[in-house]
Amino acid sequence: MTQRTIITAILFTVASITATSSAMARDSIEVVGSSTVYPFSTVVAERYGRASGKPTPKIESTGSGGGMKLFCSGVGTNYPDITNSSRRMKASEYKLCQSNGVKEIIEVQIGYDGIVIANSIKVAPMKLTRKDIFLALAAQVPGEKEGELVDNPYSTWKQVNASLPNTAIEVLGPPPTSGTRDAFAELAMEGGCKKIAWIAALKKKDKSAYKAICHTVREDGRYIEAGENDNLIVQKLEANPAALGVFGFSFLDQNADKVQGSQIESVEPTFESIADKSYPVSRPLFFYVKKAHVGVVPGIQGFLNEFASEKAWGEEGYLAEKGMIPLPDAERKVMAANTRNLVPMTGKEALK
Amino acid sequence: MSKPVNNLEKIRKSLNRRNRAEKRFRWYGLVAVLIGLAAVAVLFTDIISKGHGAFRITYMQLEVNYDQDLIGINNLTDPEQLMLGDWQAIPKVALRNQFPEVSGRKDKRNLYKLVSNGAGFDLKDRLLANPLLLGTSETIWVLTDDDIDTYYKSWLDGEPYAARLSDKQVTWIHELHDEGKIRLQFNSNLFTRGDSREPEQAGIRGAVMGSLLTLILTLLLSFPIGVSAAIYLEEFAPKNGWTDFIEVNINNLAAVPSIIFGLLGLAIFINFFHIPRSVPIVGGLVLTLMTLPTIIITSRAAIKSVPPSIREAALGMGASKYQMVLHHVLPLALPGMLTGAIIGMAQALGESAPLLMIGMVAFIVDIPGGFSDPATVLPVQIFLWADSPERAFIEKTSAAIMVLLSFLIIMNTSAVWLRKRLERRW
Repeated sequence: MTQRTIITAILFTVASITATSSAMARDSIEVVGSSTVYPFSTVVAERYGRASGKPTPKIESTGSGGGMKLFCSGVGTNYPDITNSSRRMKASEYKLCQSNGVKEIIEVQIGYDGIVIANSIKVAPMKLTRKDIFLALAAQVPGEKEGELVDNPYSTWKQVNASLPNTAIEVLGPPPTSGTRDAFAELAMEGGCKKIAWIAALKKKDKSAYKAICHTVREDGRYIEAGENDNLIVQKLEANPAALGVFGFSFLDQNADKVQGSQIESVEPTFESIADKSYPVSRPLFFYVKKAHVGVVPGIQGFLNEFASEKAWGEEGYLAEKGMIPLPDAERKVMAANTRNLVPMTGKEALK
Repeated sequence: MSKPVNNLEKIRKSLNRRNRAEKRFRWYGLVAVLIGLAAVAVLFTDIISKGHGAFRITYMQLEVNYDQDLIGINNLTDPEQLMLGDWQAIPKVALRNQFPEVSGRKDKRNLYKLVSNGAGFDLKDRLLANPLLLGTSETIWVLTDDDIDTYYKSWLDGEPYAARLSDKQVTWIHELHDEGKIRLQFNSNLFTRGDSREPEQAGIRGAVMGSLLTLILTLLLSFPIGVSAAIYLEEFAPKNGWTDFIEVNINNLAAVPSIIFGLLGLAIFINFFHIPRSVPIVGGLVLTLMTLPTIIITSRAAIKSVPPSIREAALGMGASKYQMVLHHVLPLALPGMLTGAIIGMAQALGESAPLLMIGMVAFIVDIPGGFSDPATVLPVQIFLWADSPERAFIEKTSAAIMVLLSFLIIMNTSAVWLRKRLERRW
């Protein structure tokens, strides 16, 4: 008798839990996307939650690409409301969104992030150019003749550029799944790659060959994939002063007693140099909102207003304190107005 | 006749060699155990030395004034006013009164950064709990910012880390220290709050609750199902090719990498049954799939260890097979099954990979109150903190690991204790 009661009770609880939950509407905002925007998005979510007393938005760090896929899967409370991205939405992703009924998308650029190449403060800072970075890290580099490619022969920085120290090339950086790696390949490596005239000329003729040359990182152990954990890279740099590491500016900012950023094209990565765009390796940060969800899932408008307020993303806002580089004043004003008025993308933007 | 002497001689010679071999063999075993213990010792010292700091946190003493005009409210029951109130103004004014000589915009901003940016909200909560305080002043210990906390702790340890502070901020901290107005206190936030992006306000309560809810559901589902499956397979199922096939598959499932159960959960529970992402129901269901094989295998072993004489005696007394199983075999096998269940639960508690797929790796501030509230679990919290840029999260990470390890130790000890206590040897 008692056993039967227990079993029935268990079955009943499980059945009722499952039934109620699947029919339930959502009362908290769901955000997915880039791990680079995650630290900023979470701060805003938390402030919004504490100030308003409403449920705090839930934020998953799925990577920019993974976030777009989830975001563009459809409209309705089973799908996320907002996706963060450390690059602009691609044309293919916009199309996917449209074909799944996600028609009106609000694009918000929130600021910039710098990518730094750092080493331990126990040794002198490096003075690199983007061309040095490309030559040191590409899988294949130009050979003697024009148009010829050879497997990367360089093993020390001095071989790359006579003004650099005679230390072995050893760079710790993020794996290919990371948005930081995409941005590093595009901004630092490609930036140096196109300084070589014949490769730059190739861009017009054969874009995919150009990309393959510029974006492919060597795999002979000189570039070490250190996982997505940037704290780990900082620890390894501290232990090994000969190595360089690639990570986001906020980690440099937090660990200034252990690591220092290398100068790139003789510009040091600082808050100011990234903001005025004189530091070349920086990227824009975005988030995208489904207009159809505003008003359906409570709180989206409030969350957007919090994000687009001066106290959050302004020059002296709390996001700047977390290491995000704000947009210039004029751009920020336009962006804030667009965000508040929920102006969707027209589909005519120059997406890649 | 000389042969036996020779043999004796041979044995005597070989005896030494065999004794040495045995001694060596015992040494190998001892060394293996010592290596294991050393690894555990290194792990524990590393975690404890990094994490012990997180259990205390820096507070500073301020004289705060709950001024109605300053906050911009006159009615504590009006939610609109509460939302728009400028709560952070209370600690800001208190700081200005503490350091009246500070002037200039930049210096003031630096001054305001001494206290946690959640301090205003803490004071709001205090005011709501004691409405009579409105309009009065009191001297109170206020939470400091994580940079101040990191500096103050590192300075007390003799290795000051001031890279994130300005020189003025350092002077102010030392002034406060000389006046006895800054001190370390027990960090109760760590145990009463959910996650936060501000290290000084972050706690593991949300993750612990999430783990608890998920495990309750896992236990409720996997124990009855696992035990029923084991009983059927051991006592009722015919021994043929089919049952062998099932057995092979169960053993296989026990060895499948846990991320695959996450993918399965994503496909079935979220995409097909439309259960929302990130809730303990999905987590519990996925972890049930993962722990079921463990529970079935240990339960079957427990049933097998019940001697056949018990079964035969019961059947001989005229009991039906159902009675024999329920009244005799099950009670005797239960301790072994419970041990298996606890070990399975401990495994589930430490799991984070399958939860990645079903959205439980997320930033969730609100503490979950039920099975359908978004939640995360302890190992995920550790992962998220380890990945955060803020320096103060390093010690928080180790502290969370210490909490997780103590839960695991408690569960595993109770499994050993249960086995010792209840197990009957035949």
